[in-house]
Amino acid sequence: MSKSIDVTDLNVWYSDFLAVEGVNMHIEPRSVTAFIGPSGCGKSTFLRTLNRMHEVIPGARVGGQVLLDGDDLYGTGVDPVAVRRQIGMVFQRPNPFPTMSIRDNVLAGVKLNNKRIAKSDADDLVERSLRGANLWNEVKDRLAKPGAGLSGGQQQRLCIARAIAVSPQVLLMDEPCSALDPISTYAIEELIAKLKTEYTIVIVTHNMQQASRVSDKTAFFNIAGTGKPGKLIEYGETATMFTTPREQATEDYVSGRFG
Amino acid sequence: MTKKATVRVGDRVFSTTTVVAGAVILATLAAVAIFLVIQSIPALVAGEGELPNDSANFWQYVGPLVFGTVWAAFLALLFATPLSIGIALFISHYAPRRVSQTLGYIIDLLAAVPSVVFGLWGIVVLAPLVQPLYQWLGDNLGWIPLFAGPISGTGRTILTAAMVLAVMVIPIMTAICREVFLQAPRLHEEAALALGATKWEMIRMSVLPFARSGIVSAVMLGLGRALGETFAVAMVLSPAFIVKFALLQAQNPNTIAANIALQFPEATGLSVNALVASGLVLFVVTLLVNVLARWIISRRAAFSGADA
Amino acid sequence: MTTTAPEAEAAAVGGAPGIHSPHVPLTGGTLPRGTTWMVLAGGWLFAGAFFGLLWAAGITTTFSLVGTVFFGTVLFDLVLYVISRIVEGARRAKDRLVTSLVSTAFVIALLPLVSLIWTVVLGGMARLDVAFFTQSMRNVVGEGGGALHAIIGTLLITLAAAVISVPIGLLTSIYLVEYGRGPFARAITFLVDVMTGIPSIVAGLFVFALFALIAGPAVRNGFMGAVALSVLMIPVVVRSSEEILRLVPNELREASYALGVPKWLTILKIVLPTSLAGIVTGVMLAIARVIGETAPLLLVTGFTFSMNYNLFDDRMMTLPVFVYTQYTQAAGVSAQASIDRAWTAALTLIVIMLVLNLAGRLIAKIFAPKRGL
Repeated sequence: MSKSIDVTDLNVWYSDFLAVEGVNMHIEPRSVTAFIGPSGCGKSTFLRTLNRMHEVIPGARVGGQVLLDGDDLYGTGVDPVAVRRQIGMVFQRPNPFPTMSIRDNVLAGVKLNNKRIAKSDADDLVERSLRGANLWNEVKDRLAKPGAGLSGGQQQRLCIARAIAVSPQVLLMDEPCSALDPISTYAIEELIAKLKTEYTIVIVTHNMQQASRVSDKTAFFNIAGTGKPGKLIEYGETATMFTTPREQATEDYVSGRFG
Repeated sequence: MTKKATVRVGDRVFSTTTVVAGAVILATLAAVAIFLVIQSIPALVAGEGELPNDSANFWQYVGPLVFGTVWAAFLALLFATPLSIGIALFISHYAPRRVSQTLGYIIDLLAAVPSVVFGLWGIVVLAPLVQPLYQWLGDNLGWIPLFAGPISGTGRTILTAAMVLAVMVIPIMTAICREVFLQAPRLHEEAALALGATKWEMIRMSVLPFARSGIVSAVMLGLGRALGETFAVAMVLSPAFIVKFALLQAQNPNTIAANIALQFPEATGLSVNALVASGLVLFVVTLLVNVLARWIISRRAAFSGADA
Repeated sequence: MTTTAPEAEAAAVGGAPGIHSPHVPLTGGTLPRGTTWMVLAGGWLFAGAFFGLLWAAGITTTFSLVGTVFFGTVLFDLVLYVISRIVEGARRAKDRLVTSLVSTAFVIALLPLVSLIWTVVLGGMARLDVAFFTQSMRNVVGEGGGALHAIIGTLLITLAAAVISVPIGLLTSIYLVEYGRGPFARAITFLVDVMTGIPSIVAGLFVFALFALIAGPAVRNGFMGAVALSVLMIPVVVRSSEEILRLVPNELREASYALGVPKWLTILKIVLPTSLAGIVTGVMLAIARVIGETAPLLLVTGFTFSMNYNLFDDRMMTLPVFVYTQYTQAAGVSAQASIDRAWTAALTLIVIMLVLNLAGRLIAKIFAPKRGL
């Protein structure tokens, strides 16, 4: 349940504006990769091209190649909806569906696609996913309650459960802890350490310390100035990136001289 | 990663359905214009003797009606605008916060009353109530052309109809003004108060300038409603086929809408076409008012400081 | 409690200007509390005495309560302004004047409302009986009879109008919010705005013209009335649904897309259920708006005295038209009976509209999806 990602020469445009330029990277299966960089450097934009979510914004398009275990995500005839069933996403602010119970939220990925599933299978899936998200013990007695009634950290873990319930190959996380308190953040970071044994995880984070805590490899993005495209400056093992980076800009960022 | 054919079909079918719904709206409006024109043409080209009220041509027929429509609407807005602004200000800035929502609902209740009921009220309550006032005005201020006699004995004049119209458009205008006043940025209000302004000065400095385009749009919307209102006028007014400004007399200019309501059930032949044609004129007039309103708002939006 | 104006006192206390800043006291120069109410009461009493005198002297036939309240309030506005001007200064006086004017405006708006409700309830009591709600006017001359045919007609026609308007309106609003970009969407938005401004009688004329071409100018039936009401209802449904759909946070849509759910299923299963309460309210308010429309129905649905359950066959009676015809055709010996029926029908109509309005707002309050944090 995890695949590798190969990105070659990726550019991202919003209408005529080049937002991200020339990204090349290889992401190993069953690893955690962190994207760091100052605000507006394009890391979230780039993350969204990995599951074609940028296409939700009108005028957004990419050039270059993204391969998932050799399959081209942007090939002719490729359906973005199918891509998103293989690559899941968790967002900055927890967004459980307000009209659904906790149980239905977890099953949403299955149910919304009108797939038939037997009740016992459904119950199994709910339990597995909630256990996988470290949320089972807290909600097992109130699966029928609305998903929006949980605390912020619990809601985010619910969204993670929802994402893994469809058995994706890759899990993309866009600043998943920025709206949470430190205790919930710690819970999610523990979860990531556990999830990486099964999924390929890519996480965008504003918080350098978090990147150094959870990731195996780190990618540093930067932007030359407003109106200029964002670029991948350096990509390497997390330990190296934070102690002896190759590029001066990386060194400046991780030591807090700008950001 | 091949294409799932079923999914695409669902998306295509659904989005096409919504586009079709939008196209229906387009088609409906076009149809309104086209069919009205078709039925109007016989009256538009008619000549001497064929039209009601011995009009020589269509414009002679519809002229007094247009005058009546505009005059009644103008009078109604004269009453309604200051009242609406005052009420909206009262609800947004003067009444205690807890009560203001309830007060808003109460004013909105007026909007829930159908126009026939307003017509009934106008005949039964308002007209007799204002008739003594008209009498007094005619006796004492009759030298002003507006108040010239002979004074209507029933009080069913264009001024009364305008009052009923005013009561009918107040809820709509008040709702819009209220919303705009509530959206005035608290920052500006507090800045004014911090300078030692009284409440009225604060409103004059921070709320009204910000709300200008909203007030204009409220007035235009009220105007559109007043122009097209049928039964309040048809039941209250005692109509005649003339153009005059006198407010208190028994013979009053009629409005297009009221005229249609009164004549249509019995009309035949070319009279029907004439009525439809007058409806077309009304349609065009309200259309122009609407477009003008939107244009004014879009022009002023840039200057209103709304993006502050 | 001083009564000198602040300027005078400052001049008395301060020395040469520019050396010390003049001592402007924080208190002083204000009217005592309760002045407003005292002046208001005084104004009313005075006006009341004036009109009472007129009545006693035989100049007016009745004691004019309206005159008293009106002139008393005007007197109050003026007197308060003058007093305040003298005691507190021009700025404060203007402030008080505006406050009193604005409050007066509100009261003036309440007067017609109260009067209307009072009149309708009083007049409508006369025929608030079982017969009114169970009989039609078939073969009724003079007393008796009821409005059942009108009530049924209103229900059928309004229902038909809703069946036509809600799908078209809702789908159009979905198009505008979820799909529409570019000139076609802008044209639709503009045209919906235009449609909101169509006078109801023009909608009636349009339907007449349309059907005159298809079925001849003498045709009248309930379906035509429903079409005319739809022309009035559709823009209201579009506007209110559009507003509600835009309130659904984009994050919910993105969460659904990220799960690999196609757009149409996202709309049907996430966006619409989340906004359902608001949409239902919008529809109810739209219904409330057209249920009282008389003009188009008078033109194309006509009126009749008997029951008619068939929308496509011949004239139907509706409540607003019933009110109108009963009142305007009241003549002769049984005029009062007609008038009574008209008032009771008016009362019924108002009650229906109030119930729809209230129910709509309640639904919005109760069924809005629970937001978490």
